[in-house]
Amino acid sequence: MDTPRTAVIAPEALEALIGALRDRGYRVLGPKLGEGAIVYDDLESAEELPVGWTDRQDAATYRLERRDDEARFGYAVGPHSWKQFLFPPHVLLWRARRENGGFEVEEPAADDRPLALIGVRSCELHGIAIQDRVFLGGTYADRDYEARRRDAFVVAVNCFEVGGTCFCVSMGTGPKTEHGYDLALTEILAREHRFLVEVGSERGAEVLAGLPAREATTTDVEDARSVLAGAAGRMGRSLDPTDLRGLLAGALEHPRWDDVAERCLACTNCTLVCPTCFCSSVEDVTDLAGGEAERHRSWDSCFSVDHSYIHGGSIRPSGRSRYRQWLTHKFGTWHDQFGTSGCVGCGRCITWCPAAIDVTEELAALRTGEED
Amino acid sequence: MRTIETLLQDVPIFQGMSDEALELVSGCASNVHFDDGETLFREGDEANVFYVVRHGRVALDMFVPARGAVTIETVDPGEVIGWSWLFPPYRWHFDAKALGVVRATVFDAACLRDKCAKDTAFGYDLMGRFTQVLIERLQWTRLRLLDVYGNGR
Amino acid sequence: MATVAELPGTSFAPMTARPFRVVRRRRETSDTWTLELEPVAGPPLDVGPGQFTMLYAFGIGEVPISVSGEAGGPLIHTVRAVGAVSRAICAARPGTVLGVRGPFGNTWPVAAASGSDVVIVAGGIGLAPLRPAVYHLLAHRESYGEVAVLYGSRTPRDLLYTRELERWRGRFDLQVDVTVDRALEGWRGKVGVVPKLIAGARFDADAAVALVCGPEIMMRFAGEALLEHGVPAKRIHVSMERDMKCGLGYCGHCQLGTTLICRDGPVYRWDEIRPLMEVREL
Repeated sequence: MDTPRTAVIAPEALEALIGALRDRGYRVLGPKLGEGAIVYDDLESAEELPVGWTDRQDAATYRLERRDDEARFGYAVGPHSWKQFLFPPHVLLWRARRENGGFEVEEPAADDRPLALIGVRSCELHGIAIQDRVFLGGTYADRDYEARRRDAFVVAVNCFEVGGTCFCVSMGTGPKTEHGYDLALTEILAREHRFLVEVGSERGAEVLAGLPAREATTTDVEDARSVLAGAAGRMGRSLDPTDLRGLLAGALEHPRWDDVAERCLACTNCTLVCPTCFCSSVEDVTDLAGGEAERHRSWDSCFSVDHSYIHGGSIRPSGRSRYRQWLTHKFGTWHDQFGTSGCVGCGRCITWCPAAIDVTEELAALRTGEED
Repeated sequence: MRTIETLLQDVPIFQGMSDEALELVSGCASNVHFDDGETLFREGDEANVFYVVRHGRVALDMFVPARGAVTIETVDPGEVIGWSWLFPPYRWHFDAKALGVVRATVFDAACLRDKCAKDTAFGYDLMGRFTQVLIERLQWTRLRLLDVYGNGR
Repeated sequence: MATVAELPGTSFAPMTARPFRVVRRRRETSDTWTLELEPVAGPPLDVGPGQFTMLYAFGIGEVPISVSGEAGGPLIHTVRAVGAVSRAICAARPGTVLGVRGPFGNTWPVAAASGSDVVIVAGGIGLAPLRPAVYHLLAHRESYGEVAVLYGSRTPRDLLYTRELERWRGRFDLQVDVTVDRALEGWRGKVGVVPKLIAGARFDADAAVALVCGPEIMMRFAGEALLEHGVPAKRIHVSMERDMKCGLGYCGHCQLGTTLICRDGPVYRWDEIRPLMEVREL
């Protein structure tokens, strides 16, 4: 593969980037401050980016802090992942009306605007790829996901500010973005605040061509490289990923499950913030007269007792079995089902767990000690 | 006409028994015939025999007040009826009735108990075979207890 | 296999129910009905033995139900009324329009069993997903050795397809043995569990394929009994069941450890599925 084409833009050019994408009809989504965190939402302008903000993350801890510079992407990841736009929490699948003795189905029109995602991290690119496999890699594609995903424009960002719960290096998913983006930005604060831009696709090149940019010099490239090397060395967490599939398959009765079950509240936070969790539920509803029906799809979590309900009762009534299901699926049986790991090392589940359960700790504990 | 000993060779509970042992067993055995509806034994009767069904079907019933006779199990050719003969007080715990014509081999319990006492190796082997049948019957009964075809409520 | 964004024969997304009209309805037992369905429009389904569809009752919900008709014939489902959706489906009189998505899942290995003896072991409503397999075996009778159908239910009143069972019993090239857990007055048949019937069937364990369906515990006992009888684990097949919301492999509900039942099953080989069945609350 060729060395990606590169260029350098000033921070101010981000406004032009957002404008260019909006002019092309994209719904532009990106990071901004909201609800005490950095969340993903519609972006009207580059001024809405979390300029000069960073996050302090640890188990059950997330705090915003001011930086002493004007970095646009000087933070790790917040509670949101891009799945909330590609695989929205709540979707109307179809409507049906009683007619001619039967019923007529009407599928809702898709939102015409393709999505432009600004600020996608390497772990998130991997997360999107993992969900691509789930929703598009089987015999039947999820049409809703496919429609949103197909034309999505991705502006990736290489991390330089690593989170306290990040472990993408252990999972082999970062911090450097490899592919899956139209443009990738590396924010450089040394010397002059600027961005090294790497082109990942033809339409990425086309958008870049309309921005005020200059050629990248060797200094630019070197500065970018050292930014990334620094990030890789400051991971907040790590784990040994060696044959997690085999480890978990053999540890289904490990005493650690009882231990974590005493801490886990089954609050489903981890599944909500995880970029790869894909479980959903379906609800069929009707109006009072019974003439119109709708089918809705919404996010579901394997932590809920209902998740495994089958006539008579739940297969997994205990908290122990549900935590085990989640962890062994994410790191183990995901391989059997989809051919990859389900975890991208983003650390969200550690940050947003109110009980401060740390998957890297749990997996390390499962590695040590024999089953009794 | 085949001897009882030859017939017993085909019976699963006696499979693999040595010729000497089979001779001992058949020495306590004779053939018996029941007509449709005929009672083999009733609950509370003295259990001084056990049967191996050779042809036909035997219903094992228990009498439940207000319900009448409830068939709890049926026994088909090759299967054994009865282990109450093994230990005192040697009393049957259920009724047994022929469903249609039944031909069976009946074994004299006292005769066999006597032989078991005299030849403990033979006795141990026979006890083992009966225990295995009992265990299997218990497992099947437990499966029925679970009422797996119920609708889970 | 290529990924498609609609079910065959339709232009709708795979989550969209296709209208099917109830043509015939017959009561099997106190809580079980058999429905025959035909598409309101468009081609009929091409269903293999063992597959299932997602059956939809307008405005109420959807449940996975095995197909119990013969391949190439009309769409037939035997449904047990255990919840709101199945009750509504069972109450659907001829003329009512239900929704259908599918067929989904894999099939009983009837073609691969060619040349072998075949033992069908069914408990309760488990005979419904096995009936298409029996139809296949009978339609190609010359390709199989001994064929035995071993079936049991709770009581004589809970036996499915009694007329058909009688017809099958009337054949000279088919063993049919039936038992009940609990007798009712007048029952002169066997009383006992289904696995007990295995010892009494005539087949060569070394050259047999067993197809088993029923409540999970019953399948476990039957599988063990077949193994003990000498049928190799690789030639025993069961049909597994879990909650399903999509049938397409991405709602996550039908997971059983390493497998997604709607996609990799519901038919599994005993040696593959037994280790998963052994883990409690998996």
